[in-house]
Amino acid sequence: MGLLSWGDKGWGDELALATLMTLAVASCAFLLGLVFGSLGATAKLSRIRPLVLLADAYTTVLRGIPELLVIYLLFFGGGGALRFVVKMFGYDGYVELNAFTTGVIAIGIVNGAYSTEAIRGAVLAVPKGQIEAAKAYGMPPWTMFRRILAPQVLRYALPSLGNVWQLCLKETALISVTGLVEIMRQSTIGAGSTKQPFTFYACAAVLYLVLTSLSSLGFARAERWADRGVRRS
Amino acid sequence: MPDFAFLWQTLEKLVAGLPLLFQLVSISLAAGFVLAVPVALMRLSPVPPLRWIASSYVFLFRGTPLLVQIFLIYYGLSQFVEIRGSALWPFLRQPYWCAILALTLNTGAYGAEIIRGGIQSVPWGQVEAARVCGMSGLLLLRRIILPIALRQALPAYSSEMILMVKATSLASTITLLELTGIAHKIISETYRAIEVFVVAGAIYLLINFLLTRAMLALEYWLSPHLRDAPAAARAQESAALVH
Repeated sequence: MGLLSWGDKGWGDELALATLMTLAVASCAFLLGLVFGSLGATAKLSRIRPLVLLADAYTTVLRGIPELLVIYLLFFGGGGALRFVVKMFGYDGYVELNAFTTGVIAIGIVNGAYSTEAIRGAVLAVPKGQIEAAKAYGMPPWTMFRRILAPQVLRYALPSLGNVWQLCLKETALISVTGLVEIMRQSTIGAGSTKQPFTFYACAAVLYLVLTSLSSLGFARAERWADRGVRRS
Repeated sequence: MPDFAFLWQTLEKLVAGLPLLFQLVSISLAAGFVLAVPVALMRLSPVPPLRWIASSYVFLFRGTPLLVQIFLIYYGLSQFVEIRGSALWPFLRQPYWCAILALTLNTGAYGAEIIRGGIQSVPWGQVEAARVCGMSGLLLLRRIILPIALRQALPAYSSEMILMVKATSLASTITLLELTGIAHKIISETYRAIEVFVVAGAIYLLINFLLTRAMLALEYWLSPHLRDAPAAARAQESAALVH
């Protein structure tokens, strides 16, 4: 077990740092996914045909192709696209997407597709009568959103968003192909230099298990908190 | 203007990876299903040790990324001299069998949860009625519980199948040249990420579209009881009522 100790000799501190990196990528990607998800759900529910079609295409495509392919696209193609965009703004230098940004954007876009469906379902779950009642009271749209829609959507979407977060956490392992040092990459480095692959990958598995278990505990608590005002049969 | 010659070349190269993709998907889905049914039954078993074994298996494989599972099997197992000396080594040495093993164990865990949900949704009255008729054990399972449970689990299982088609892309990380592996190779040789992505993505979408359609057809075929009776049968019925 000396292998996993702290300091110069062991890999404990490296793995701990890598775990933080995994958490950082997953959190940023999840938040980005929520942004895409809200936009996607709004578009899908908008009844404006081009927007609906666009959002449908977005969720169909990104849920139908492997995440790894999206990561490769951004890893190899993202720099070029970025240079094209900055050139339009008049900057002619060399810019590149770093591995962290690539990972966050790739996983964020994919997770946005799943979040779209989660949020859309939650909006549809809000009883129609409540919306009608709010309108009858003369609530302006923004007030209605803030007072009636948002609190309930949050509650209804929480279980599925919990699943999206778990997916997000596990997908970050794929970012290791771009060289970003998160749990998986660090384990590969450790496995390579000590010739003990099983030890390191088993460690990675345990770290992921800890993360996913803590997350499901956290989401269970959040759901209890969100449901505290709901009568149970 | 898109470079059609390049797109066509890419398509030809990518299509060469399809047989491997289909093998990985079909073998691991079939083996995973065979694994999932007993695991689901174990999870619902009244015998605690069986329940614990099944629950820990499901917990381990659903709580860790598939990539970790693939690497543990392909790279990890070679750490042990005993395994390298064993009769299984000729298989476990090959990325092909390692990928199939990892995909099977992974989909087995997810499939078990889906089938467990299906079994739990079987109406209790039907099980009671079967028991009253004198069915028990395997007969009850084979005639009543499993057919209803599997029918119920079908929609969730078809999502799992799509996830598996996507999951085969991870086989490319252990040197297997399936679709994503070939796409990665072409991209790193030509740096034309967007074009290759479009072609590869279109192939995956087509596969998943066809798979969804096939599963919907299967669902339709398996649920005649949920559909309206055909017009002829309805006419007969009402004629019978009149007389």
